[in-house]
Amino acid sequence: MTWAPFLALSFEAFGSLDFWIGAMTLAGIYAIFTLGLQLNVGFTGVINFGQAGFMAIGAYTMGILVADVGLSLWLALPIATLVTMAAGLLIGLPSLRLRADYFAIVTIAFSEIIRYVAQNARGLTGGNQGLLGFDSQWIDVSNAVQDGLAPVGLEDQFLAPLLIVTWLTLLVLATALRYLQGTPWGRVLRAVREDEDAVRALGKNAFAYKLQSIAIAAALGAVAGYFLALNLAFLNPNSFEPLYTFIGYAILILGGLASFFGVIVGSVVVYTLLEATRFLELPLSASQVAALRFVVVGLVLILLVAFRPQGIFGKRQEMVLGD
Amino acid sequence: MEAEASPAQPGALGRREGRASLRTTMSANPGLVAAGIVLAIAVALIATQGLQPVAQTGLNGLISGSYFALGAVGLTLVYGTLKLVNFAHGDLLTFGAYTAFVANITLGLPILLAVLAAIVVTAALGVFTERVMWRPMRAKGAGLLQLLLMTLGLAFVIRYAIQFVAGTAPRTLDVDVTSSVGFLGLRIGQTQLVVMLAGFAVLIGVGVMLRSTSLGRQMRALSDNFDLAEVSGIDTDRVVMATWIFAAGLAGLAGVLYTSSIGTMTPNLGFFLLLTLFAAVILGGIGNAYGALAGGVLLGLAQEWSTLLVDARWKLAVGFLVLILVLIVRPQGLFGRKERL
Repeated sequence: MTWAPFLALSFEAFGSLDFWIGAMTLAGIYAIFTLGLQLNVGFTGVINFGQAGFMAIGAYTMGILVADVGLSLWLALPIATLVTMAAGLLIGLPSLRLRADYFAIVTIAFSEIIRYVAQNARGLTGGNQGLLGFDSQWIDVSNAVQDGLAPVGLEDQFLAPLLIVTWLTLLVLATALRYLQGTPWGRVLRAVREDEDAVRALGKNAFAYKLQSIAIAAALGAVAGYFLALNLAFLNPNSFEPLYTFIGYAILILGGLASFFGVIVGSVVVYTLLEATRFLELPLSASQVAALRFVVVGLVLILLVAFRPQGIFGKRQEMVLGD
Repeated sequence: MEAEASPAQPGALGRREGRASLRTTMSANPGLVAAGIVLAIAVALIATQGLQPVAQTGLNGLISGSYFALGAVGLTLVYGTLKLVNFAHGDLLTFGAYTAFVANITLGLPILLAVLAAIVVTAALGVFTERVMWRPMRAKGAGLLQLLLMTLGLAFVIRYAIQFVAGTAPRTLDVDVTSSVGFLGLRIGQTQLVVMLAGFAVLIGVGVMLRSTSLGRQMRALSDNFDLAEVSGIDTDRVVMATWIFAAGLAGLAGVLYTSSIGTMTPNLGFFLLLTLFAAVILGGIGNAYGALAGGVLLGLAQEWSTLLVDARWKLAVGFLVLILVLIVRPQGLFGRKERL
């Protein structure tokens, strides 16, 4: 074996539109996903390790309502969002009163159980075979949008409509959260992060604020789940491994705590890199390349957290890390 | 440290005081209450399902309980001593199992030496992470989120490095997984019997060591109150190191026992077990070593008994159910104290 192929990185991929549309769609989806984590971790000081579980609940509820129950997609979306928010409240009620590390443990356990249910309740979710047939109404819309893209020469790009809708949603949500951050509600949230006892002393119900924060994060996870479902066109339990929550944390730390727009930049960086590694020509099997990617994700997470915990755009004074 | 004192006698009191003192008795003797609940569940199950299946699943529960307890005790000691919620602990089990595989299959060593290798090498990995990651981070005064994310990153690195080298195909150790022994109408695999006996022997050893040796007492003291232990003149550095050796070594052993009992190993086995280990730790009271031992065994029983009522593939969900129930009913766990919450 020579070392030449090991280093042969083909840069052709970066010139192709397919690559960028695929990678940026994922970046948009996981940016929405991570906005929820940012609200919890960066603005409320609640360590939510179960975001992939909320994503799964949203996506599967939507998929089941459309494919099995026969509801319209447009009706299923708000219902699934409410269901996911209810799940967020349910998980928060017994655990948010306890210390932060309990909440981290409970949420990761919760997200594993959701994935476990998706895997084993085969009658409902299709198990590992996956759940299909929930996206016909979206495809109608997508085709219409795609035809409308003819003047800019994107009519061949099947995923372009999803990319556009994902990013529009992302920008609307990030702007809305940015706005909320300045409202009295947002200020109380940050006060909860800084000093819960002080907030309670002022007569605010800190617990209720934390619950609201979790419910909104759950809803954001659900929205990201819908786009992921439409992107894949089928739902599989493996798309909701806790791994994705931690990629979310890598995005969060990279973009900086307490910055909603940092999340977007972080997500673009992480997903450009993750997708680009698919084009590395290494003398390794596909499963080894996949394993190597996640070794690198782990190492990056460790090094970032150890040496630059405020991320690229984070402000030191907004840090909650130094407890 | 333990809540074994003051056995009040509700029977000797009037009915109204009896009620109040029953509550105090219950919270003063959580171990007794837990034993009572387990007994009640066992009786109810025997009444509805018959004695033989309950005894058989109970036996299976003790087998898995033995390695749950060994995994959980390390997790809880590291938490108690260093306030580190180690999400990489499950992957230490995986690391132990694969170390045994390398020793046993790749190098062709006998299984006993392979087990020893798993314990030693995993303990070394624990010490390595302490030196390279946790001690420097403690010195920097790292916060909770930082430490949590670093343990997660470490979990990724260990698990996927193993997957990189060994692949995802299931591997087996050179142990006898087919022959079984029968007694009193119950059947147990020969290897499983060895796993259970070895597991409980080590568990008892760990319990005695924590209770009666100077090192064990110091470990519990650190776990109880680090600063107080330090000003009492305990060499905390040495005890922290011992805790890592202990926790990681037992995790390595638990990984081998799990693999021998189940028959196969895959790189995600530890992460799979982590949820159960956390449930055992919280059930026993986070940071409490005896609690983790008891919690592990109880979870093994709960999971196996649940198979009498629901399909076996829901076994893992039982751990989660226990976790949530404990948090609602008694968030400090069986042996924990409320002020720690």
